[in-house]
Amino acid sequence: MSSILLYMEAQDGQLKGNAAEVAAAGQKLATAQQKELVAVVCGDVATDELGGWGVPRVVKLSGKFDQYSGDARATALAKLIGELQVDTVLMMASSQGRDLSPRLGALTGVTVIADVIDLEDQDGTTVAMRTVFANKAQLRVKPAADLAIITLRPKAFTPTAVEAITTEVETQEVDTGEALSVVKELLVAAGARMDLTEADVIVSGGRGIGDSEKYDILEQLAEKLGGVVGASRAAVDAGWRPHSDQVGQTGKTVAPTLYIACGISGAIQHLAGMSSSRFIVAINKDPEAPIFKVADYGIVGDLFEVVPALNSAI
Amino acid sequence: MKAIVCMKQVPDTESKIVLNSEKSGVVRDDFSYIIGPYDEYAIEEALKLKEAAGEGEVVLISVGDASIKSTLQKGMAMGADSSVLIEVENYNGDALTTARLLAEQIKTMEYDIIFFGKQSTDDDNAQVGPMVGQLLGLPTVSAIASLQLENGKATVEREIEGGREQYEVNLPAVFTAEKGLNEPRYPSLKGIMQAKRKTVENVTGSATASTVEQLGWSYPPARAEGKIVGEGAEAVPELVRLLKEEAKVL
Repeated sequence: MSSILLYMEAQDGQLKGNAAEVAAAGQKLATAQQKELVAVVCGDVATDELGGWGVPRVVKLSGKFDQYSGDARATALAKLIGELQVDTVLMMASSQGRDLSPRLGALTGVTVIADVIDLEDQDGTTVAMRTVFANKAQLRVKPAADLAIITLRPKAFTPTAVEAITTEVETQEVDTGEALSVVKELLVAAGARMDLTEADVIVSGGRGIGDSEKYDILEQLAEKLGGVVGASRAAVDAGWRPHSDQVGQTGKTVAPTLYIACGISGAIQHLAGMSSSRFIVAINKDPEAPIFKVADYGIVGDLFEVVPALNSAI
Repeated sequence: MKAIVCMKQVPDTESKIVLNSEKSGVVRDDFSYIIGPYDEYAIEEALKLKEAAGEGEVVLISVGDASIKSTLQKGMAMGADSSVLIEVENYNGDALTTARLLAEQIKTMEYDIIFFGKQSTDDDNAQVGPMVGQLLGLPTVSAIASLQLENGKATVEREIEGGREQYEVNLPAVFTAEKGLNEPRYPSLKGIMQAKRKTVENVTGSATASTVEQLGWSYPPARAEGKIVGEGAEAVPELVRLLKEEAKVL
């Protein structure tokens, strides 16, 4: 029986939250294709949660994995793929997955099927849906080789309840040689907040905000809703927000449950990055702004009146 | 300082995307092409390093057909010294194919540092740079937001969820550029004139089959027509009610 290898990210010895999404995507294929799910982690990582996600087996690779090295991990995974009968590798299209997967692709001779938003089985073949031109078009693809490496768009795969099982844990020593690029230091942002791609609620501000300090009211709203603040390209280019906050074609593609666009007109490159959000609220002075075409709920008005009112109403 | 910048020409990011009638690809007739937005950061960083060193060269490489020459010219107008165009018949844009062609070409060249944009804005694959680094066996850091060179070592940072990773690697090395690395310059009139006299070396390569098969293109599902809840702060209570009762997100 061939297997689906689930690469799971970890930090400080714990699985990252997105590991559940990798398991969910794997579960979807494994059931349809009758394949074995094998999770892999690098280093001594607690894997107690895997049983609850229905993953029967995990390989803990033991080696020089204290600090992230894309080339060391790619070497280790390529070895493991050779040993197990792996025909599919799944990992997140996170900053780590996007760094690691192409290296693994180069080592194993396949192009990565990157940042997919859906996976399905068609008569034993995996068919993946990915977005191109920053979400302006979608492309269905299937692997044309014995191995498929697939990265998953954050938030696209929802963990579902499965029957809990016991996970068989094995530890495997692996020699990755001298790593060429290794993280020297992990600099965690002060008051580290959730990344845009992982947030359930995003309160985004655009040109209409007018000043970096005026983001306060958006910060307040985001905090009340348990979300984070995003920005349009105009706001980032004006220097009001860092690039890591940018939503759209040269920023991040996001799909939160709730996206509140404040003072954002809705340029095509911005809409591309957020139009797969579940619910969109738009607040804008201009009733003709294109953002209202994609918004579920719109309020025409001055965001400096509407947002504070929203802050007190919630 | 000898820098290589691998770049891709892409449709302008404001382009409307229209699928062909067979849904096997996009209609490219009306596209105006630009240097990949992330590739501009790569070119700028290479130019800055050359200027700081006071000597060296910046060579651009791209893969595809002869139509790319005009986009390479734009890169040379920014200040790159010359270009190599790897012409491939029936080029399919496959990431691994592209990476192999680039790696083979780079092996014939001298370099201290290689830059890429972190991803193209058409295929959104973000693969070719790290693949080339792996194929050449060079230290590679993707999506860098800052770079400092000292004594043949590069200290770079890349943004990750909730923080930054800092790396220190030996040169030669491969880096892919994230927005924020620098502010790309506009070509000067003088640069545009000079670019016309700069050389584009032509080499040919052959495409290998992709390990990924395209099945069909589609438009993203259209969003249902939304509604304007009202005007100004008075509309807020109704919005809150809808978010609670209809959307059930509050």
